[in-house]
Amino acid sequence: MKRSFPLRRWAVSELEERRGERWAERVGALLDEGLRVVTAFARSEGTDVIATALLQSGDGELELVRGRLDRAHGYHSLTPTHPAMHCFEREMHEQTGLRIGAHPWLKPLRYEGIAASSAMGAHPFYKIQGKEVHEVQVGPVHAGVIEPGAFRFMCLGERVHHLEIQLGYQHRGVEALLLKGDARSKAQLVETIAGDSSIAHGLAYASAIEALSGLDADPGLERGRAIGLELERVAMHLAGLSGLAGDVGFLQGATTWGRLRTTAINTSMRLCGSRFGRGWIRPGESRASADGALLEVVRSNLALMVRDTATVNDLFLSSATVRHRFQRAGTLTHAQALDIGLVGLPARACGVELDQRAYGLGVYGEHPMERTTEASGDCWARALVRIREIDRSLSWLARILEGMSSLDAVRRPVGELAAGQLVASLSEGWRGEVVHCLETGADGRLVHYKVQDPSLRNWFGLALAVRENDISDFPICNKSFDLSYCGHDL
Amino acid sequence: MLKALRVLRSQGDQFIGDLRGAVPTGHRGRPVIGAAPCPDGCEACVRVCPTAAITADPVRIDLARCVFCNECALACPEEKIVFTPEPRMSADRPEGLVVTADRPTPTPVATSEALRRMFGRSLKLRQVSAGGCNGCELELNALANVNFDLQRYGIEWVASPRHADGLVLTGPISSHMAEALQLSWDAMPEPRFLVSFGACALSGGLYADSAELDRSFLSRFSPSLLVPGCPPHPLTFVQGILDLLGIR
Ligand code: SF4
Ligand code: SF4
Repeated sequence: MKRSFPLRRWAVSELEERRGERWAERVGALLDEGLRVVTAFARSEGTDVIATALLQSGDGELELVRGRLDRAHGYHSLTPTHPAMHCFEREMHEQTGLRIGAHPWLKPLRYEGIAASSAMGAHPFYKIQGKEVHEVQVGPVHAGVIEPGAFRFMCLGERVHHLEIQLGYQHRGVEALLLKGDARSKAQLVETIAGDSSIAHGLAYASAIEALSGLDADPGLERGRAIGLELERVAMHLAGLSGLAGDVGFLQGATTWGRLRTTAINTSMRLCGSRFGRGWIRPGESRASADGALLEVVRSNLALMVRDTATVNDLFLSSATVRHRFQRAGTLTHAQALDIGLVGLPARACGVELDQRAYGLGVYGEHPMERTTEASGDCWARALVRIREIDRSLSWLARILEGMSSLDAVRRPVGELAAGQLVASLSEGWRGEVVHCLETGADGRLVHYKVQDPSLRNWFGLALAVRENDISDFPICNKSFDLSYCGHDL
Repeated sequence: MLKALRVLRSQGDQFIGDLRGAVPTGHRGRPVIGAAPCPDGCEACVRVCPTAAITADPVRIDLARCVFCNECALACPEEKIVFTPEPRMSADRPEGLVVTADRPTPTPVATSEALRRMFGRSLKLRQVSAGGCNGCELELNALANVNFDLQRYGIEWVASPRHADGLVLTGPISSHMAEALQLSWDAMPEPRFLVSFGACALSGGLYADSAELDRSFLSRFSPSLLVPGCPPHPLTFVQGILDLLGIR
């Protein structure tokens, strides 16, 4: 069996190093040909900056463009012609000081490495002028049990004209910590990059480490991990729906989806000891296990979720007040989604056919997973995608468990990491694609670890979606995207 | 209407009746350390611990640092360490969280007479996440769901620190959040108290070595309740707060 998600390994010495503008030209040319940018990142090497862009074709194949740029000279920004590059260029500039000419706004993503909190407080928010304009500041501490981030609304009356999102409050130095010590022992840290996506990040990390150490895909590993991933998706989609329901006063939804999430996470706990799937995945390992009796418990939990979600979904979908609140609120168009490089759940809610599980690889070849898309791009569409993805994941789980007499933990030895290699490893978490890129130096130690949570790209989608909406609809717009602050801030 | 009734019937009663006594099956909770001596020079558990929570010979685990990853238990050649489903392990001071073979349980939380009198029948909590990964935040949110239903004791989350009696801190305190945390605390009227929830808040956890933290807040204010875990199980918090407030 192959790996279940796109993953590719390159020998660094065989990569063509493009100089200066030629790097950006090549990236631009591939984007014009219809490839999609997955990530772009950079690190310093003396006065040079090593830039790497990862692109994906429609059939899931990964391509790499490598460059060596002079920090002071840099290159001409791709963002004006390819807006999806905006966050990557901002991050490259912030992390290396690379000059990127004519980028519309190299706003820092997270004020990395600047100790004083006052740097955050002094952030120059975008301003609009006029007698009718008023501004509303929310955060960094929000009015709920939730992570921090700052939102500045520029409003005309009750209408949001523009929203600027300023993040960085959660920056904990994840990438720097990942470079310390043995790269093979970072699973616990990886599980907390975005703590509600422990499996999605853990899976991308473990696959990357295995590829670097020359360990081939193993059917037991692939199956065990995918079970964890789909349970995580079900649990977090239920949590999101419960939150959305609460925000519009649909209390039966809030309580029923909420307790069904308890069933989902307690199922993970029975299998691996943690309600968040922590300890399930390690390089070379899938630790979740169940004997026949426990598998029966898992199956009956799945059946209960199928039955009770159907009942509450039925009520939700036929409720006029719910429709009234969600339809045409926070709309993004298909074109906007493609332009800004939206990924995952909100992209599929705009009709974008993007899901890393849909390439028929590994366990998703054995048990295919259809893409779930909706066309309307509003809060309603994002809720529908979640409802249907829960259904599909639950029936997928039932299929994969069918006839299984036990779920066995798998342990394969992981050797030293090969020197001078670059690996790009993806997974599809409940929010969208998770990307881990690891590069080893001549001694086999990591020289670069780039982590990307889907939230990095999708926060900008939220900012666009609330334009010309009533400010009172912001909570449901925000909840419908359900993005990670710490996943963005790292 | 029929559909609503159908949901109501499927919902049934979901609350956990005995929050104090409940033990979550399968949960990796409080470790139990065996009394057998360690083989000479063995440091297998120490080497695999990601947070320097464990020391060997005699084995000693600091639950303020532990992320309950089970690595030490798997590494120990003598199988001396076993994680049990037991959620009860909050403490009211850091020393109370160290467990050994001789001291198998953390020091129980003592009831604070002052807090009991003020907040024993009504407690409003404000949560501040300062670098929390959303694991702790989700478990704190779960306290208000239909299963844990902490409101039954008059304990509730509030939106503003102005309305809060206690601040529940999660996360290792990223330097960018240090100021907002202090401002939230300053906005709370006296009397007030602090709860540290999760390994990050208690010790920096997996982020203790990060250069991007500013934990000076904790050198100025000490928590009245320490709740270990990564994230802690909601029951670990429930049992700790009920003890602290003297709620039977
Ligand atoms: S379970 Fe706790 S003590 Fe054991 S290795 Fe993990 S963090 Fe360290
Ligand atoms: S203690 Fe663990 S779960 Fe809680 S915020 Fe820290 S890493 Fe996340």
